[in-house]
Amino acid sequence: MQQSSSKQDRIAQYKALIARLTPKSKVGQGALRAFWVGGAICVLGQVISDIGTRMLGLTLMQASSLTSVTLVFLTALLTGIGVFDVIAKYAGAGTVVPITGFANAMVSPAMEFRPEGWVLGTGARLFTIAGPVLVYGVSASVIVGIVYYFIYL
Amino acid sequence: MQAENRIGYQTIEYKTRPWIMASACAVGPREGQGPLGDCFDLVAQDAAFGQDSYEQAEAALLREACRLCLAKANIGEKGVQAMVGGDLLNQIMPSALAARELKFPFLGLYGACSTMSEGLITGGMMCDGGYASPVLCTASSHYATAERQYRYPLEYGNQRSPASQWTVTGGGAVLLSLPEALPGTPMARLARGCIGRVVDLGVTDNNNMGAAMAPAAAATLCAYMDDTGDTPEQFDRIITGDLGMVGSDLLLAWCEKMGHPLPRGCMMDCGLTIYDPSQDSHAGGSGCGCSATVLSAYILPRIQRGEWKRVLFMATGALLSPTTTQQGESIPGVAHAVIIEGVGAC
Repeated sequence: MQQSSSKQDRIAQYKALIARLTPKSKVGQGALRAFWVGGAICVLGQVISDIGTRMLGLTLMQASSLTSVTLVFLTALLTGIGVFDVIAKYAGAGTVVPITGFANAMVSPAMEFRPEGWVLGTGARLFTIAGPVLVYGVSASVIVGIVYYFIYL
Repeated sequence: MQAENRIGYQTIEYKTRPWIMASACAVGPREGQGPLGDCFDLVAQDAAFGQDSYEQAEAALLREACRLCLAKANIGEKGVQAMVGGDLLNQIMPSALAARELKFPFLGLYGACSTMSEGLITGGMMCDGGYASPVLCTASSHYATAERQYRYPLEYGNQRSPASQWTVTGGGAVLLSLPEALPGTPMARLARGCIGRVVDLGVTDNNNMGAAMAPAAAATLCAYMDDTGDTPEQFDRIITGDLGMVGSDLLLAWCEKMGHPLPRGCMMDCGLTIYDPSQDSHAGGSGCGCSATVLSAYILPRIQRGEWKRVLFMATGALLSPTTTQQGESIPGVAHAVIIEGVGAC
């Protein structure tokens, strides 16, 4: 009993030491960078959407699809040529939160596991990062849909 | 019956003091651009090293390091009686692939990033006991293969934590043999080893490996001092494997707490030596290849030039698997020490 409490003490002391000696992430700087890059991506999306509605004569719904498809394509291209991770390293959540983060999360494992083959490599590992987002995103939308149905029955 | 080559609880003494006949290493381009760039025997032009996959590249780098080592020692491939080594990947596959081509009698080791000193201890005992000579001790790692196994796809856009470390791409090989007639030039030899215990002080953050390994390093150092009565001042350098910036600070602080203060001036960490801070490696280098390549390219040459007479080389390993980390298990650390000394005309 004595010994186990001294071990707990050591663990607590070591935790305090780690907290003191480990450098912290720069939260303020990270937030600012995420804000402007994330914002810039959203502005780009808005520009694409406006081009769709004003110049190409698309409905708002069609223009939204055009925006998503274009941003996903650009992300996939930038991931493929090895540029996206450099931008993401700078921008953090600024590239993760828009649809760009999702596209990168699909393309990067697809490339990574290509040496293991199309089926058991790329095919099987395609959703390793994006999978949880899909599972819980779709589940949440179903639950919200059911709640909505009963509220407005 | 008492084990006669044992000192105290954890330390072993090599009666014959096996020689380090030669060492060699092969590294990737990023390491080649670092401060030790000119010291490496072979720097690959690209991280894939002309292979189809990064796993193959790691095996090829290790194989080349082994071949260069044998060429330096001027012995044919039939001469090696045992190869002991390992790496970071599941089933220590790069080592097995290299051993498949080299065709030496092979014992695979796993000690995470502590593998180089684990190999020296094991190979040294095989030599010292008269079971094999020469023995080739190896270790390798590769940034891309380690990222894939332990973290994210290479092109996935994420930010690394400031305490995280960069896995070294490279393989190192050290050839041990029973002593022969004293050479005209200084020679490095193994004097003692200290087999580390697995120590865990509850670190669960796999982005802070230095913190997970530092208590194990402290425990091994203290055990060695207690077993032998040696003091830190008796070494020209006390060299840790890949504690990095955070782990090195923690080691100093924790050793002081345990009543064995270390002189800051004689401490060195391979992870802090291999990259320049401008290379954006955050807290420093890591991986089996980190201590293996720095040992071969930087530490052993200094002993062979007579600059350092006695060195404690201690590679440190974080014994984690992605599975147990996800299950919430804390990260066990281990550190093995070998005492390398210079001998011969200086």
